[in-house]
Amino acid sequence: MAVRDRRWLHPGAWWLWALGLAAAASRTTNPLLLAMLIVAAAVVVHNRRPDAPWGRSFSFFLRLGLLVIVIRVAIQVLFVSSVGTTTLVELPGVVLPSWMTGIRIGGDIRLEALLMAFYDGLRLATILICIGAANSLASPARLLKSVPSALYELGVSIVVALTFTPQLVSDVDRLRTTRRLRGRHTRGVRAVAGSAIPVLEGALERSVSLAAAMDSRGYGRRSSEPRHRRRLTSGLLLIGLVAATLGVYGLVSSGSPALLGLPMLLLGMVSAIAALAMAGRSRVRTRYRPDPWALPEWLVSAAGIATVALFAGAVWAGVPGMQASFDPPIWPTLPLIAALGIAVAMTPAITAPPLPQSGPAHEAEKQTEVPA
Amino acid sequence: MIRFENVSITYPGQSRPVLKDVNLEIPEGELVLVVGRTGSGKSTLLQAINGLVPHFTGGTMQGRVLVNGRSTSEHPPRELADIVGVVPQDPMRGFVADTVEEELAYGMECLGLAPDIMRRRVEETLDLLGLADLRHRALRSLSGGQRQRVAIGAVLTAHPRVLVLDEPTSALDPGAAEDVLAALQRLVHDLGVTVVMAEHRLERVVQYADQVVVVPGSGQPLVHGSPSEVMLGSPIAPPVVQLGRLAEWNPLPLSVRDARRAAGPLRDLLVGQHPRLHPVREVVPTIASAQNVSVRYGSHPALRGVSLEIGEGQVVALMGRNGAGKSTLLHSLVGVGPHRTGTVDVDGSDPADLRAGELLRVVGLVPQEPGDLLETSSVADECRLSDRDAGCDSGTTRALVALMAPEIDDSTHPRDLSEGQRLLLVLCIILAARPRLLLLDEPTRGLDYPTKARLAGILSDLSDVGHAIVLATHDVELVAEVAHRVVMLAEGEVVADGPTSHVVTASPMFAPQVTKILAPQAWLTVEQVEDAITCVRDAG
Repeated sequence: MAVRDRRWLHPGAWWLWALGLAAAASRTTNPLLLAMLIVAAAVVVHNRRPDAPWGRSFSFFLRLGLLVIVIRVAIQVLFVSSVGTTTLVELPGVVLPSWMTGIRIGGDIRLEALLMAFYDGLRLATILICIGAANSLASPARLLKSVPSALYELGVSIVVALTFTPQLVSDVDRLRTTRRLRGRHTRGVRAVAGSAIPVLEGALERSVSLAAAMDSRGYGRRSSEPRHRRRLTSGLLLIGLVAATLGVYGLVSSGSPALLGLPMLLLGMVSAIAALAMAGRSRVRTRYRPDPWALPEWLVSAAGIATVALFAGAVWAGVPGMQASFDPPIWPTLPLIAALGIAVAMTPAITAPPLPQSGPAHEAEKQTEVPA
Repeated sequence: MIRFENVSITYPGQSRPVLKDVNLEIPEGELVLVVGRTGSGKSTLLQAINGLVPHFTGGTMQGRVLVNGRSTSEHPPRELADIVGVVPQDPMRGFVADTVEEELAYGMECLGLAPDIMRRRVEETLDLLGLADLRHRALRSLSGGQRQRVAIGAVLTAHPRVLVLDEPTSALDPGAAEDVLAALQRLVHDLGVTVVMAEHRLERVVQYADQVVVVPGSGQPLVHGSPSEVMLGSPIAPPVVQLGRLAEWNPLPLSVRDARRAAGPLRDLLVGQHPRLHPVREVVPTIASAQNVSVRYGSHPALRGVSLEIGEGQVVALMGRNGAGKSTLLHSLVGVGPHRTGTVDVDGSDPADLRAGELLRVVGLVPQEPGDLLETSSVADECRLSDRDAGCDSGTTRALVALMAPEIDDSTHPRDLSEGQRLLLVLCIILAARPRLLLLDEPTRGLDYPTKARLAGILSDLSDVGHAIVLATHDVELVAEVAHRVVMLAEGEVVADGPTSHVVTASPMFAPQVTKILAPQAWLTVEQVEDAITCVRDAG
């Protein structure tokens, strides 16, 4: 391929791609496929991650994923009625009264139950990690600029929501240093618990001060507009978002009524788009150099959508191996069509343009980093 | 241009107003300097100009603030964005975009200007503030002075009539501060912009001001007037003013240049006198040494082969431009930060190898943001935690706090302390374990003169009882007062190392005001001159 322009990919494309992967993960419990999805996300992040504070959030999400799996398995072992017959460890258990079926304390640990919990946890972890990939690839500042103008109503909350995780991740690094300065341990459960409050507080505080700065620069200005129209816009938007959320939930969860899926999603989208169009007209905002949506953006977002389409197609067609069997515990197989989906998921590592160089990193920014 | 009419502001949960019955009129095209102790309500006053107070901070406001005829109670900050540009204290917190050019354009995008106007104004602003070479740089990669100029440029592109700046030079080295102030002056003179600026570093800015507003704090009435009027009676005054008062110069000079023109007789009087220097200690045992230390951040070298010895009871000032490697050197001495080469030895061990509990007793660092070290919700808890960490008797830290900052109340949340109080609290926490080597990173950023004087006293006392102290700072006046020795860093290398009086007098950039006024005689502080004058008078 010829030498390509170095530029930032539209953040919306990264989010579409990542959400596609996350949706694909939600369709399967096959640990091979889930692990491969994580690898695909990691490869892309590794190739196209910017050297910026938010670029480091991927490893944070990896650890979060691990934690999710551990918690899920621990809950299974300690509290949930065991399934299966292959007992690994025999432990004394408390017999609870019959009306508390499904819950127990202690008792034998069985392989089937462990596997079930592990697959379940892994699926949730994969979804989180895909979100983490978007967090570390897409610049929060650019994402803010691409937020449709109607959502300006929700100004502060959107700024806070979009910048909170990146701020959090850069704070975690800094606080590890300061813990050492106070003579505390920098690793382990107690360290995490001790710094949780200041980290959360600091990240939230900085997100809010960013929102204040944006407001004083004119973010969310509007030309005069009659009040009833403003209310109508907000109402439509709210209905649209709620309907779209329900629709997505219906599509993702297998046990919900058919009406909750696609129709709801469509209704939500129509309503939201109408609101966006109405509100967009009353905004005064212009763009200096708009982020283009060109071929690479199409390729990257198509990769995400194709992945989820292949996964969903495989489930719909009843391809064996999409759901891993834990009872009886059999080594999972690899469905070919889903493997193809994973190959597609990895393509942005090549199709996304390389990033521009940002100039020498300044000392002040990095001075508190601690070698891992 | 800006009018405060009977303005009182009370924050939620507080019984007394921060500002009470403020009446103030700022005409167009003036440069107004707002001074006052930390926590006195300066920032509140500034933020009320564009309505961030109370729209964003909460609280209640009585009276009204009019900016160019628009009342802030009816117009939220975003509706005032075309009139008032606000540069926050930490520019990095207010940056919205990723690169310099996008940041400059952001405000105009919000105002809905046409793309061709935006292009033209971005170019103009890049030139006006000398940022043209940086246009594509990522904001994170800029130095402190560059960031500050970008932050000013970013609000200027919207062509505001009023510019509000909260401590624009406090984090900057003297050179960068001069660049920023020169840019501001050009705006006032050429474009008629009204500038309202809060700043503790009076020695840097008072000469440029047309009007000075003193915010005394705790709801007392404001004092305002021309700089020389206000300075004549002000308890907080830069060295040039203190010297002027001492020598009874009339009119009172505000700039080094004016003072030099008046200083002829004083120089004559002082001929033959010598400044009383810090007693030079005989050979002292070395507490800490760094040999050939290098640190890199990715491909960027931050320290290149620095060697340094620090003796018992010495106060060493690390100086140099923003990004010269001062913080990195401090981090190496305390054993945090990225991998280094070379050896560091503090009191017989490498701090990087020490376990967390042992580290405290050997070396302590008060970081640039002292608040980072605090994690509980009251001063009392913080002190208890500190005693436990340091393994000392309970009550040790609290006793130190009572000694150094008696006004700090046990139940206060650390976040509600003023900048200076927070610094002193963290200093006490670090000192609880009695480290042999004490490091301070930019301790005077955001400190007012009284707190600074208190800090200087504390540092001298600590040095007398044998603590070795290294402080990284841009504050030449503090250095002149407390440091025995100055180490100058540039591009990660030591370029000068010697007694304070030699190093600072040799550099025009880092010389304190008194030195500049009385050159070629080598005086550093007003106190030295005062002693010498007393000496002369006694002799005569």
